[in-house]
Amino acid sequence: MSGMKNSIQILGGRLIDPANGIDAIRDIYIQNGRVLAIGERPDDFTAQHTIDAAGLIVCPGLVDLSARMREPGQEHITTIASETAVAARSGITTLCCPPDTDPVIDSPAVVTLLLRRAKRAARARVLPIGAMTQQLAGEHLSEMVALKRAGCVAMSNAYAPLANTLVERRALEYAATFGITAILRPEDRHLRNNGYAHEGPVSARLGLPGIPEAAESVAVARDLALAEHTGCRIHFHLLSSGTAARMIEQAQQQRLQVSANVAAHQLHLTEMDIEEFNSNCHLNPPLRSLADRDALRLALAKGVIGAICSDHQPLKADAKEAPFPSTATGMAGLQTLLPLTLKLVDEGVLGLSEAIARITCGPADILDLPYGRLTPGSSADLCLFDPNRHWELKRDELPSAGRNTPFIGWEFQGQVTHTLFEGRIVYQSASSNQTASSL
Amino acid sequence: MSKPNIQLDSHGRLKHFLTIDGLKREMLTEILDTAESFTGVSERVVKKVPLLRGKTICNLFFENSTRTRTTFEVAAKRLSADVLNLNVGASSTTKGETLLDTLRNLEAMHVDMFVIRHSDSGAAHFFASYAAPHISVINAGDGQHAHPTQAMLDMFTIRRHKGEFTGLRVAIVGDILHSRVARSQILALNTLGTSEVRVIAPRTLLPADPRSLGVHVFHDLEEGIRDVDVVIMLRLQKERMTGALLPSEHEYFQLYGLTEKRLKAAKPDAIVMHPGPINRGVEMDSQVADGPRSVILQQVSFGIAVRMAVMSMTMGTQAQGAAAR
Repeated sequence: MSGMKNSIQILGGRLIDPANGIDAIRDIYIQNGRVLAIGERPDDFTAQHTIDAAGLIVCPGLVDLSARMREPGQEHITTIASETAVAARSGITTLCCPPDTDPVIDSPAVVTLLLRRAKRAARARVLPIGAMTQQLAGEHLSEMVALKRAGCVAMSNAYAPLANTLVERRALEYAATFGITAILRPEDRHLRNNGYAHEGPVSARLGLPGIPEAAESVAVARDLALAEHTGCRIHFHLLSSGTAARMIEQAQQQRLQVSANVAAHQLHLTEMDIEEFNSNCHLNPPLRSLADRDALRLALAKGVIGAICSDHQPLKADAKEAPFPSTATGMAGLQTLLPLTLKLVDEGVLGLSEAIARITCGPADILDLPYGRLTPGSSADLCLFDPNRHWELKRDELPSAGRNTPFIGWEFQGQVTHTLFEGRIVYQSASSNQTASSL
Repeated sequence: MSKPNIQLDSHGRLKHFLTIDGLKREMLTEILDTAESFTGVSERVVKKVPLLRGKTICNLFFENSTRTRTTFEVAAKRLSADVLNLNVGASSTTKGETLLDTLRNLEAMHVDMFVIRHSDSGAAHFFASYAAPHISVINAGDGQHAHPTQAMLDMFTIRRHKGEFTGLRVAIVGDILHSRVARSQILALNTLGTSEVRVIAPRTLLPADPRSLGVHVFHDLEEGIRDVDVVIMLRLQKERMTGALLPSEHEYFQLYGLTEKRLKAAKPDAIVMHPGPINRGVEMDSQVADGPRSVILQQVSFGIAVRMAVMSMTMGTQAQGAAAR
């Protein structure tokens, strides 16, 4: 079984490793799960397996800052095993798991459970994000240090923004004390009210209660003030508005330790996509105006937004089969993270290397993770894709809990051929089998 | 990217009636003309035409409404259809049955048409997109989205009194933000070629970008109804006070309540409409509601003819031609 080979060479591919500033044809030598060398073959290296990467792009395995796997708690929808398999097919080797599992990730025991299940699945790395407050209730601080020691890479309050500013201040101060990054989804719950869509002409016409842009910018303003006050390193999760992006840009110019991510779909879809009550576009945060989308693209190009995430949220098959307001929010995003990012290159938003940076070293650097780069010695997590292959996202080829995506029927260019995780081939496309040969 | 209109069949005829949005002027005129041909039916000794004999129409009301449901039922019976009234709010959904399951179960009972009212915007679209191909869906009000039969009966009333829409100035007063009736009226008035549609309300009762709906915006009642031909008052829900949208009914009436005195700003022959039920002393004075300019009760009786028209057009795409002419 090729997955067990502990020395692999990848020959003739175009290596794009933004962290090391490489974009060139380079061979890669992998041994015992780590990158052994780039370029020159080490003298004592014997490859048990060779991947012919001619015509392919070779990049670090993708790092996704937000993917829900529904385990623990909703294993009837998906599991860590099923979702890490989808991740492997999608070139993603590191997944950060938000704390709103059941039970909530607010105790080391849950962290241990998650890590153990991920290790057993062995298809991708799962990094838990701890709950900032117990039960995500926004009242008592969680044991952040214990969570960090157990393996949490950051703290967040998921979709339950801290309503109480004093609790938020304390949480950020405490996190700052121990060098913990706080991930904040900026939203003012009162301004969100019972909204379902961006407050604008489309929601006005469809009679869907709107979520004003200010629901995000008011929260960003508050969070930035507290970031400055506490000195905590904060990461804004899932930006949706141009105003918020501009506020964060200003804060970065004032040297605040502030970073941001955006969901891949937010860079392509707008409020117009909810026309005809398309429940697959019922998302949180909502799809906003074309001007917002363009402002997010600009902020991404400038590096104000350092990471694109999938915000993967698999749902039960019938979760979107109801009138728009009664449907669950969220889309399954793992399978479209790379293609939607590559589409930005086609549309002239980013260069190829910059685009890859936003889904590899960009997110890794935000959380100080040693992944998303192919430096000798680093974990051999790689994604190989054929940049010229056209394909269509087909409903029938998706798992039943992954069909909640508005991108079914979209055509993409660039398809994953191989994924390596810790030096093992965890995915290989059917059509690439004949090109791989064992030596 | 133009999608086919879900409301029309492959021949461009009305299959479902979900919203005014996307329908052409000719279609709206056809509804009004067909309704005109039905107005006589209610005055006959035998108040029935056999147009939908043998068809089963299911009134599926997830929100309480005595009046709208009754007019739909009367309309269906005058077309000789069998009517099934389901007050779903009180039955299956409270037992955890999904809307889709409810639909499938009723389909199994060979229903030909659903008349649906639901608190979710988009509920009628949802039904239309999941229902079996032979079934027609009529929207009797979905959330804050649309109430197209109400809008058409209002258009019918306006046409009866004013003739053509071109040249008319119409003002809609009150809670535009939460009103499915207002949304449908605005679309219908604009589609029918009304010269000017105005909305009059404080900003808390208007959507974020009201001009995008195709209206002129006024915050002052007297200024807004100056020289209009039609004044449409909207119902004000009590819960608007608790949602911090308005300070009090008293202040609302002071600013936006229609009185005889204020009505003088409108054209001398202006008519006053209200979709009902009226909050006397909140939206308007009793003097206005019961006065000579009020056509509120006519709206109700025209509602039956308009609903007969829509039902026969959506369902009798084949039968309609023969019987209605």
